[in-house]
Amino acid sequence: MTFETRSIGRRLTLLLAGVAALLSLLSWGMVTALAREATQRTQDNVLAASATTIAETLRSEQGEVRLELPYAAFSMLGAISEDRVFYRVTADGDTLTGYDDLPQPMAGRRGQIVFDTANYVGVPIRIASISRRILAGDGPVLVAVTVGQTRDGAGAIAAELSRLAAILSVAFFLVAVALSAFVAQTSLRPLNEIAAAVSRRGPSDLRPLERPAPADLAPLLTALNRLMARLGESISRSEDFIAEAAHRIRTPLATVRAQAEIALRTVSSEPEKDRLRRIIRAVDESSRSAGQLLDHATVAFRIEDLASDNLDLADLASQTVAAMDPTASMRDIRLHLQTASAQITGDAVLLETAIRNVLDNAIKYSPEDTTVTLTITRNESEACLTVMDQGPGLGDEPVAVLTERFRRGNNTDGIVGSGLGLTIAADVLRAHSGRLELTTAPNRSEGACVSLVLPLA
Amino acid sequence: MRVPCLALGLIFWCTGAAFALEIEDHHLFPGTGERVLRIVSTTDLAVFEPYILAFQDDRPAVSVDYTVVSSSEMHSAIRAGAQFDLAVSSAMDLQFQLANDGYAQRYQSAATETLPDWARWRDLIFAFTTEPAVVVINSTSFTGLDLPVTRQELIAILRDNPDRFSSAVGTYDVRESGLGFLFATQEDRSSDAYWRLNEVMGRLEPKLYCCSSQMIEDVAEGQLAMAYNVLGSYAAEKLAQDQSGRMQILRMQDFTNVMLRTVLVPATAQDTEAAGAMIDMLVRLGLRDNPGDWPLPSLSQTSTGEAMGFGPIRLGPALMVYLDPLNRRAFLAEWENAMEQR
Repeated sequence: MTFETRSIGRRLTLLLAGVAALLSLLSWGMVTALAREATQRTQDNVLAASATTIAETLRSEQGEVRLELPYAAFSMLGAISEDRVFYRVTADGDTLTGYDDLPQPMAGRRGQIVFDTANYVGVPIRIASISRRILAGDGPVLVAVTVGQTRDGAGAIAAELSRLAAILSVAFFLVAVALSAFVAQTSLRPLNEIAAAVSRRGPSDLRPLERPAPADLAPLLTALNRLMARLGESISRSEDFIAEAAHRIRTPLATVRAQAEIALRTVSSEPEKDRLRRIIRAVDESSRSAGQLLDHATVAFRIEDLASDNLDLADLASQTVAAMDPTASMRDIRLHLQTASAQITGDAVLLETAIRNVLDNAIKYSPEDTTVTLTITRNESEACLTVMDQGPGLGDEPVAVLTERFRRGNNTDGIVGSGLGLTIAADVLRAHSGRLELTTAPNRSEGACVSLVLPLA
Repeated sequence: MRVPCLALGLIFWCTGAAFALEIEDHHLFPGTGERVLRIVSTTDLAVFEPYILAFQDDRPAVSVDYTVVSSSEMHSAIRAGAQFDLAVSSAMDLQFQLANDGYAQRYQSAATETLPDWARWRDLIFAFTTEPAVVVINSTSFTGLDLPVTRQELIAILRDNPDRFSSAVGTYDVRESGLGFLFATQEDRSSDAYWRLNEVMGRLEPKLYCCSSQMIEDVAEGQLAMAYNVLGSYAAEKLAQDQSGRMQILRMQDFTNVMLRTVLVPATAQDTEAAGAMIDMLVRLGLRDNPGDWPLPSLSQTSTGEAMGFGPIRLGPALMVYLDPLNRRAFLAEWENAMEQR
């Protein structure tokens, strides 16, 4: 059972993109705030200059406070923006001139400029105010000069800067997302490499992974290697067990068979003989199955550490035929061998086991008094040993299914078998970079046709 | 003709708002439909009539109600809430103050976007002419004299010929005329010869006028030898009609004030759509390339080259400086001192 949670790469990318988005938003906000502050200060400076210029014309004439609005005081305001301008001059609170409802900020220390933001005639304005003490008539009079300006110009500049900052932030964000994806991919590369290395391995390759890995992945790699070691150990233990078990079963079975043979010869009654024959057959089958289990364990064990001897497929075939001949002749089955020399490289024991199992299958499924033909053919790169019998054939299941462990064809009723024969052969051939080809001869009388295909040396 | 118009105007106004407006001229150009575009203006009816007719060529359905008042009348009427759809004035400072103080409505269109920056302010005021202040003389009074080209020369001529020019010099009464006040204050700012000229004119018992047209007429008829600071556009029009050939326009080379005739939509305007259409038309005419047959010059006609580097009077808050009551009082006091020497 596998269930997927979100991929680390995507999660990493999203996380980094989220951080980038946050930073973009933050930087945009800061630039906007700074822009607003900067434009505000610029406006404040001009307002301050304007108010100061007016305040400098304040004087006392015949006991009255006099002033002249200097042209520059307003022209400098007009020079920076198209903002509306308001002003007010008060002496001890009474308006001398200007807009007499213009709000006046609380006066600061004398000569110091006070800034304020207020609403006037329904629009927000920025105000600068400066106060001076003028000696007039009865005594000192506190004169305050206030100059106000709408904030459209400053607002427009701030908005423009903010817009620019927004565009830059979006660009920054996009670049950051691209980089995030790249970073996520790069940092996951070692992991993917290990995964690829593991999946590239053959089905029975349980060697530890010996490769450099980042410190973060070392525990994973160690755990993986430990797991594989345990798995290998467990597999070899169970194979040892099977081999041991098969061996232990085979020896007493041989004894039982020998005793049954002797008994067969000594009894005369037909039903007794028949019973004994059945015992012998059953013992044979058990012995054969145990042998196959042993074979299977041997194959699994030897494949781990494959020998590569130079062999002739013809020799292997004839040796096997010679070994199997007694079994065949018991059922009046002729073994016909058409050899041709074919040099191959491989493990003689395994290849012999494979051929034996295929041949054993052929003999087992052949009716009595038929021929099993072994033919060796070769082309430029491959040698092929074909075992053809005159039995019922292989049915119509695909090769992959028939070579599964303990799987038997769907037309094997009445014949005892373990279903390991073809599996063993297929495993051996795969280990030798060869393959097992199963066909039922087009001519139905020919029965099954099993080809062991091996690369030439 | 003027009296019935005036009466009509007053009646019209009494129904509208509770104040009297001193109307100089009024005319209704009837259209075929119900809509009325009410224009209040300082521009003489005769000068503005072609513009109204052109407007009605495009929009025959709109009637145009045209009222001529002085610039200060217009200013106080609009501040008091008089209902007009469009205010056309040559007194830039008063127009500017209206806009600054929130008595104007924003208007924006493709046409106004094409105006140069100096010809508009905040999409509230739009300039459509540039008109120089000029000196108009009656050449018979100057026989035997070199025609002055600078204020210095003008001062010298006036000072050296008191008999010839006594009671024969005319200029704006800046206390009454908004445009006169604008010209005077701008000149005060730009030329140190201004006060000396005023001193000299003051000794000649000058005649003071409310309006350019009257002054120009008096020069043409020989009652005045010279009119100082009159609207070049009016003078040029009068010159074109003048048969005697004695009238002459002098442009001072040392400095020339160039005024922008501006238009704004008062905050109380009702038919802002028609007002906008009129502004668009005026702006397009203001930006025209060839002078054509129009009585008022375009924006480019006087602003380039002839303004002696200063350019037209700038639309900006500085215009409000001389409108400040204290400043105005001080300026007028000084002006009266110079002009009314008894």
